[in-house]
Amino acid sequence: MIEARKLTRCYGDFTAVDRLSFTVEPGTVLGFLGPNGAGKSTTMKMLTGFLPPTSGSASIHGHDIVTDSLAARRLIGYLPEGAPLYGELSVLRFLEFVAGARGYRGAEAGRRVEQVIERLQLDEVRMQTIETLSKGFKRRVGLAQAIISDPPVLVLDEPTDGLDPNQKQQVRRLIREMAPDKIIIISTHILEEVDALCSRAMIIARGKLLADDSPASLLARSRYARAVSLACDDLQGAASALSELPEAGEVEIRRGLVTAFPSGQGDLFQAVSKLARDRGWRVSRMQLEAGRLEDVFRSITRDETTEEAA
Amino acid sequence: MSGRFTNLPVIFRRELASYFATPVAYVFIVIFLIMAGAFTFYLGNFYEREIADLQSFFQFHPWLYLFLVPAIGMRLWAEERKSGTVELLLTLPVTATEAVLAKFLAAWIFVGLALALTFPIWLTVNVLGNPDNGVIVAGYLGSWLMAGGFLAISACISALTRNQVVAFIISVVVCFGFLLSGLPMVLDVFRGWLPQAVVDAVANLSFLGHFNSISRGVLDLRDLLYFALVIGFWLTANRILVEIKKAQ
Repeated sequence: MIEARKLTRCYGDFTAVDRLSFTVEPGTVLGFLGPNGAGKSTTMKMLTGFLPPTSGSASIHGHDIVTDSLAARRLIGYLPEGAPLYGELSVLRFLEFVAGARGYRGAEAGRRVEQVIERLQLDEVRMQTIETLSKGFKRRVGLAQAIISDPPVLVLDEPTDGLDPNQKQQVRRLIREMAPDKIIIISTHILEEVDALCSRAMIIARGKLLADDSPASLLARSRYARAVSLACDDLQGAASALSELPEAGEVEIRRGLVTAFPSGQGDLFQAVSKLARDRGWRVSRMQLEAGRLEDVFRSITRDETTEEAA
Repeated sequence: MSGRFTNLPVIFRRELASYFATPVAYVFIVIFLIMAGAFTFYLGNFYEREIADLQSFFQFHPWLYLFLVPAIGMRLWAEERKSGTVELLLTLPVTATEAVLAKFLAAWIFVGLALALTFPIWLTVNVLGNPDNGVIVAGYLGSWLMAGGFLAISACISALTRNQVVAFIISVVVCFGFLLSGLPMVLDVFRGWLPQAVVDAVANLSFLGHFNSISRGVLDLRDLLYFALVIGFWLTANRILVEIKKAQ
């Protein structure tokens, strides 16, 4: 279990992380979401024992990150922001170094290295100098070193940044495979990734925790959740008819679609389809909207910065 | 749980591998050997002196190290901070002390290797005459210890900045100060207004004095202790700076 208690980090007058408290249980993939400079990376740097907190504390499976840092660090695999690597070494030599630093010697070290080389498909570049690798390969080497000790906690700062869509899928699959018995914390600004990967999401802006929920519950906060959109021959007419429905609240027309947002009473979808049938609209498309994470993210982080309701 | 420095050899090997994975090692060794040779034969009048010893070889080492050792030391921490690998290194289960010592030792062994490769000059002097090989061994030891002093200073200053050029320049200046503190030029500045004891202390800080007495074959415990203390002091400062600076 990871426990953070009022974790705070200041750089001079600037508070990068402001009294963050949370706990994470094994089996969780936690996504840190937030605009750039929100404090995601700083939080990760503190959890991994790189930066001491200005105040507050955190522990990894009971080991305090400051007073028992070495024991805490043994439990964590970490991919730092930008995946920094020793560029002058070959992939193999670099992974051997990390295996050594993780305490593996001899045959066991070799076995660990081979395992991650296979897992992240690095075999074709094993002898290549890291600085000559493409961005995608570098990121995979960074991931390989993080998982080499099969640690119970993984902290991955933007693990899929710079990868092409296929590689992103691979990395997500890898994370999902490891998820059941580990704590995995990832930071990202790709919202679909949270939906695809995380069992829990924390939205952070200006160092403060703004939301902490499952992606599904966050989606439900979207004004698009359970809204109904349709395309038909007379958008204007449909819009005014829809706004008469007690089941519908607001109605908007965008990009050839009229969207009715639920008012909270009754089944909007049923009501809209009945209305369309009764009025004989020529409907070419009709859909029940899922929530949009982007929309939730924007309204949560914007409320914080401008204090203005959407 | 095993001993305290279990990961020191792991970092040490990675550091040493990095020297030889880049042109740094080869350029350094070649330049060191060429310059050591040039100084000995042209400025030191190795043959003309017609004395079978290596005084003309060792006497230029302080000046050689003044520029070459900071060139090795400047990258130790500045490069790690610039590339961000310091975050990788210090979030592995290694202590900052292990990292500081391993980096220093790898660089020191590396300089020692370059120094050892000057052995042809030792062979030459043995072919040409009957030198006191004990004095020569002491000379090598003194030279290597002095290199360690320069290196500890450079490593510490390298932790101050993420810019290697800045690290190099400041290291050269500080090393220069340590080198010269025994010369009248420097001591005269203090002599007028500081008590004699302090002036003597400043004079005693000089690398030159201690190096010269070792390289003459006088293995005084105080000289050895001096270099051990200098290295210890700067590495302790290095360790503290690494902790402070990683946050910035």
